[in-house]
Amino acid sequence: MRAKLRLLRLLRLLRLLRLLRRKSMPYAALLPMALIVLVGYLGTVLWSLKVSMSSSRTFPAHDFVGLTQYARLFGNERWLQSLENLALYGVLFIVACLVIGFLLAVFIDQKVAGEGVLRTVFLYPYAMSFVATGLVWQWLLNPGNGIQQAVRLWGYADFEFDWIVDQDKVMYTIVIATVWQASGLVMAILLAGLRGIDEEIWKAARIDGIPTWRVYLSIVLPMLGPSVGTAFVLLFTAVVKLFDSVVAMTQGGPGIASEVPAKFIMDHLFGRANIALASAGSIMLLLTVTILVAPFMYARSRAAHRKASQ
Amino acid sequence: MFKARRIILAALVSCHGLAAYAAGPRAEVMHWWTSGGESAAVKKFADAYKAAGGVWVDTAIAGSEQARSVAINRIVGGNPPTAAQFNTTKQFLDIIEQGLLNNVDAVALKEGWDKFLPETILNVIRIKGHYYAAPVNIHMPTWIWYSKAAFKKAGIAGEPKSMDELFAALDKLKAAGLISLAHGGQSWQENIVFTAVLANQGGKDLYLKILRDRDPAAINSEAFKKVLLSFKRLQSYVDAGSPGRNWNDATALLITGKAGVQIMGDWAKGEFSQANQAPGKDYGCIAGFGANSPYIIQGDAFVFPKTTNTEAIKAQLLLASVVTQPAIQVEFSNKKGSIPIRTDVDSSKMDLCAQEGLRIMKDKSRQIGNGETFLNPDQNGSLADILTAYWNRNIPVEKVQKDIAAALRN
Repeated sequence: MRAKLRLLRLLRLLRLLRLLRRKSMPYAALLPMALIVLVGYLGTVLWSLKVSMSSSRTFPAHDFVGLTQYARLFGNERWLQSLENLALYGVLFIVACLVIGFLLAVFIDQKVAGEGVLRTVFLYPYAMSFVATGLVWQWLLNPGNGIQQAVRLWGYADFEFDWIVDQDKVMYTIVIATVWQASGLVMAILLAGLRGIDEEIWKAARIDGIPTWRVYLSIVLPMLGPSVGTAFVLLFTAVVKLFDSVVAMTQGGPGIASEVPAKFIMDHLFGRANIALASAGSIMLLLTVTILVAPFMYARSRAAHRKASQ
Repeated sequence: MFKARRIILAALVSCHGLAAYAAGPRAEVMHWWTSGGESAAVKKFADAYKAAGGVWVDTAIAGSEQARSVAINRIVGGNPPTAAQFNTTKQFLDIIEQGLLNNVDAVALKEGWDKFLPETILNVIRIKGHYYAAPVNIHMPTWIWYSKAAFKKAGIAGEPKSMDELFAALDKLKAAGLISLAHGGQSWQENIVFTAVLANQGGKDLYLKILRDRDPAAINSEAFKKVLLSFKRLQSYVDAGSPGRNWNDATALLITGKAGVQIMGDWAKGEFSQANQAPGKDYGCIAGFGANSPYIIQGDAFVFPKTTNTEAIKAQLLLASVVTQPAIQVEFSNKKGSIPIRTDVDSSKMDLCAQEGLRIMKDKSRQIGNGETFLNPDQNGSLADILTAYWNRNIPVEKVQKDIAAALRN
């Protein structure tokens, strides 16, 4: 009797343990990820924040100088120019990529012959390192030996296309080159979305006699919302980290006309041995991104929440 | 089986240990000399070091900035190379102040570095009486190169001997339909042109007041304003393809006779030599205008990361001694395009421009450091930003003066 009771208690304990294990399993599995987020992301952000309020040069210093570095940052013409460039670039790049990517996807969605080849061709620029293709773009755009020179040799002596050496137009050349690179990716994402659209919708629209472009614009595009959202987020991160294209094509020049924040930060982090100013720059960049993205994320989560509660 | 493997392993280990012992101090040297002429030059050091009984381990990293940041990371990470290349500037001041470098006082005092090294170099390598780097060469960044073919075509009789004559020559080149000034529009190259104008037009006193003393009164002075205006005037002589161009592509314009003048460091000589052009015959080199023009000194140096390992310290001292010997100095510089750090060398094997440089160096009053020996990398970078913006844009000169004063105040 007593033995039986003891056995029963033991079994109950075992069951409890098993339950506990089952409940805690997911948390245990998430622990490494949580640690990485805490230490690798949040920790380094806090560390940057601390360094940005010190007088560090080559090495981190442990003093506190308040917002001195930030004041210097916003008194710095190159930094202000970088922010301005990034805003201009961001708007043009994202809009152009989405429009061109969507048009390419629609074009391929017409079941054109050689779809596989075309898709590869459009996506190929994205598969290549921009350090290499940027150099080719630099040659193409160079007025002395690129497109301008070629067209002039064909007989149009007055042809001018010297944007890359023009203070006011150089950012557009970077937009052109990077749109060439990234719109293929947008095409691939949107094409996947297009292929997911129910054939019945097309049939219904055809019966109602709605023109094709109208179906794309008013019915298909809204249905592609999530795909467009994904493409937007990818493009947005590409804008914030814009660096290699500028280095490969213009090195920030002519003068400081095509400088961008990421390059400013990198230059100060290493070559100029001022990690405090570089950290202040990256914190400002993070803040800007947060301010821009937070409302977007909030709206998305609200929408998802609403959907779930319906 | 296991035993056999263990024996082989043991044999290997002991062999290795023995070899290292027999071959003397092992030095891992980190540098960014990777181009053709540069690697030929560093090989001279490697050979000399081996001849002195050491083992040279070469760690070449392309790109000076990249190489320096790897060196700093390894020093901080506790696995430093025996020696690392830096420019002979304030680049390594922070690492000295953190106590991360060994000094080479033993060699410096024994061989009397104080007696033969230029003052400007001593000022950056000797901190609080200790010697923290072995300088290996002197580069002069502001030589004025000209193509004899282009000058002939433009009808320019003689070498320009003043800033005014330089501008006159540039005008003639322009009139002849040539590119007057071959310039690569990158901020460091604009910095070089600025330094050349400051040294040649402003003179030594103004140069030191601006870059060494960072004197606001001098920066806002009328004389400095004129320097900035001349600098800006030079911009009107470049061609449309200039922005973003590499320095060697600009030199190529001189080699092919398409352009007349380039202001660039003596490393440009390598480009001329590779195209089989000879100084004095195909191209000319002007160190500066007038008998008192300052000779700007920049260059490379090895620093020696902190270690307590006696073998490594032995290697560091041996290396510091080997690379500063007169004969090796000449061999290295001939390949590198620089001049030796000391004037007590046999100059007969050096080319015309290098001989001229060495001759000027003998006059101590003409020696002067480049901007980076006085400014920290941050100040120097801010100055470069302002100059490149001014070169490329129409900014009132008074604003440029104000901006420079503000940038150098930090």
